[in-house]
Amino acid sequence: MNQGLLLAVNSIAMGGLLFLLASGFSLVFGLMRIPNLTHGSFFMLGGYLGISVLGKGPDTLSQVSLWLGVGGLPPDLAFWLAALLAAAALAVVGGAIERLLLRRLAGQELAQVLVTLGLSFIIADLCLMTWQGDPIPLSPPPTLRGSLPIGHVVFPIYRLATVLIAVAVAVALWLVLDRTRLGAMIRAGVDDPVMARVSGIRVSRLFTLVFALGAGLAGFAGVIGALILSVEPGLDTDMLPLALIVVILGGTGSLPGAFVGSFVVAFLENFGQAWRPEFAYFMLFLPMLLVLLLRPQGLFGRHAP
Amino acid sequence: MAFQVDRRTFLAGAAAATLPLAPAIAEDAGVRIGLLTVKTGPLAQGGIQMEQGIALFLKQRKSLLAGRKAELIVADTGGNPAGAKTKAQELIERDRVDVIVGPLAAFELLAITAYIAQSRVPLLSLAAADDMTQRKPNPFFCRASSTSSQCNHPLADYAAKEMKLKRMATISEDFAFGYEQAGGFQRVFEDEGGRIVKKLWPPLNTADYTPFLAQIEGVDGVWNGFAGSNPIRFNQQYAELGLKAKYPVCGGWTAYDDALLKSFGDEAVGAVSASWYSSDLDTPSNKAFVAGMVEDYGNIPGGYAAGTFINGMCIEAALEKTGGKTEDKAALMAALRAVALKDTPRGPFRFDHLGNVVGNVFIRKIERKGGKLVNTIVKTYADVSQFWTYDEKAYLAEPVYSRDYPPLKS
Repeated sequence: MNQGLLLAVNSIAMGGLLFLLASGFSLVFGLMRIPNLTHGSFFMLGGYLGISVLGKGPDTLSQVSLWLGVGGLPPDLAFWLAALLAAAALAVVGGAIERLLLRRLAGQELAQVLVTLGLSFIIADLCLMTWQGDPIPLSPPPTLRGSLPIGHVVFPIYRLATVLIAVAVAVALWLVLDRTRLGAMIRAGVDDPVMARVSGIRVSRLFTLVFALGAGLAGFAGVIGALILSVEPGLDTDMLPLALIVVILGGTGSLPGAFVGSFVVAFLENFGQAWRPEFAYFMLFLPMLLVLLLRPQGLFGRHAP
Repeated sequence: MAFQVDRRTFLAGAAAATLPLAPAIAEDAGVRIGLLTVKTGPLAQGGIQMEQGIALFLKQRKSLLAGRKAELIVADTGGNPAGAKTKAQELIERDRVDVIVGPLAAFELLAITAYIAQSRVPLLSLAAADDMTQRKPNPFFCRASSTSSQCNHPLADYAAKEMKLKRMATISEDFAFGYEQAGGFQRVFEDEGGRIVKKLWPPLNTADYTPFLAQIEGVDGVWNGFAGSNPIRFNQQYAELGLKAKYPVCGGWTAYDDALLKSFGDEAVGAVSASWYSSDLDTPSNKAFVAGMVEDYGNIPGGYAAGTFINGMCIEAALEKTGGKTEDKAALMAALRAVALKDTPRGPFRFDHLGNVVGNVFIRKIERKGGKLVNTIVKTYADVSQFWTYDEKAYLAEPVYSRDYPPLKS
């Protein structure tokens, strides 16, 4: 009983993190029709950048924090600033990648996927060169420390905060997508890019914007995720499949889909691992398989990927 | 085959032909040491330390071993079996190395063991797979670090006798290194009256251990066998769930390796571990080794760097015995296995007839001293063999430790 409660609470917390990771992936996938295999790398790079902004990690990079003036700020403010700076940096990186590389391969989905895969290797090794191989943990800012008793154990508060952050991001994204002109254009692009282009929407500019937004979200998620996971080589390839499963379950380009999918995956992973760890992956991928067979557009998607 | 000339050989030959003034190939081409390590990907952390260890050794010896020039050729396997196979072949057939140090991971080692035996190049590896020196020995293999279970036998003895633990849970990655470590711990712990009540096996790349930690209940201690960077996450999450305050934790050498200390925080203080190496050991050669590592790389070394440094010492001692000759590989291998050293970074050690080390195992406890975490040696088990105190024949008649062996007593 206690154990089930703890697993449920933990699933909700991890679901929040997964949503932060997968929402950007879903938007990019929905609009550009390519699974961006660099998304896990953006997550990892965001984590590393956040850590350096906070002055953690290798000594050689600790100057970055002083140089940015973050070192002297109160730790809470510094943490959120680091998360936003990482998001901004990744948005720029993402925008540049779309503009300079993917743009030249417009219409060639396979080539674009390969480019994103290649980039993920490059980013992984650049991170290894810059931050070395040692795992770097990040401790939560003071306001998020402490824990709640659940059954025979206690549960850290910062993990629960992940859910609140995820909900805040979800609401913000929903407002943008549902209530603004930009959102309407993105939705039009997701539904029918050809028609959108014909009706005067500059779909190519949308591509850059959405790719930058997706990368920025991944970078932000990386800093939040660093609290739970610690940043290290291999984090990129650990996270990418989870984003992929979330989006296939929920449906590409669908915000509610990514939201529901994140929590479904988190529950499946938590309970699956506790119940039968040897089948944990099976239980993660089986629903994905069923969705692909029975409802290829995903639970909330409007067209097949 | 004899007529095939690859591009490099051709270019080298062409260059030599067009440069009559270039020195002829020196009479002594030097001893060529190949290093199979991992410099890219998730295993790179340990792999880079392996390179640092042997590089420091050669630097301290001014690249002269037994009067011969020594050359290090580093190959990056990428941390996978196929890469290990390719690079081992390159080292042996293209670079013509005399001896190989590495690889890092057991699955890399298993991918090349048959090839090594067939090409008869001595291999000194840190990979811990028990059966490499037990039920499936390789005559060209030598291990100066430890088998997976070797340090966990004495650790279980310490947990039962000194920590006075009775009921424990084990948690380790779901692969052979985890099984063999946990099996060794369980066997000795239960032979001394303790009881393992739960064995948890999270997959290798588990991001969050909470689903597993939630199942730990009704014990008085926890053993873990994590490796790579997983110990950082495990210990952080173990402490956050309030388990550290309830159940003392102990682990194998990779779980609390000295090189990880700079990444740990207070969550690791108090953890007990068993290792064949400790940077805390007070011997002249260890002092020089640790000082050299701090000076050259700014890091307190752990087992990966110490392992290749000690492998270098083995090669040097063997070369002294063969008079610097490396052509007769069987003689070189015999000399390697006969190596017995007194002053090394891990203390005195020798090899058994299967090529595995017999040496000290240190029980350490993590403490905070002067703001930094240190692994303080609290007990030393001397001359620990891979068979612990068991009879070799009886030990080898049992199956190798696995996920379900020894089984849980219901």
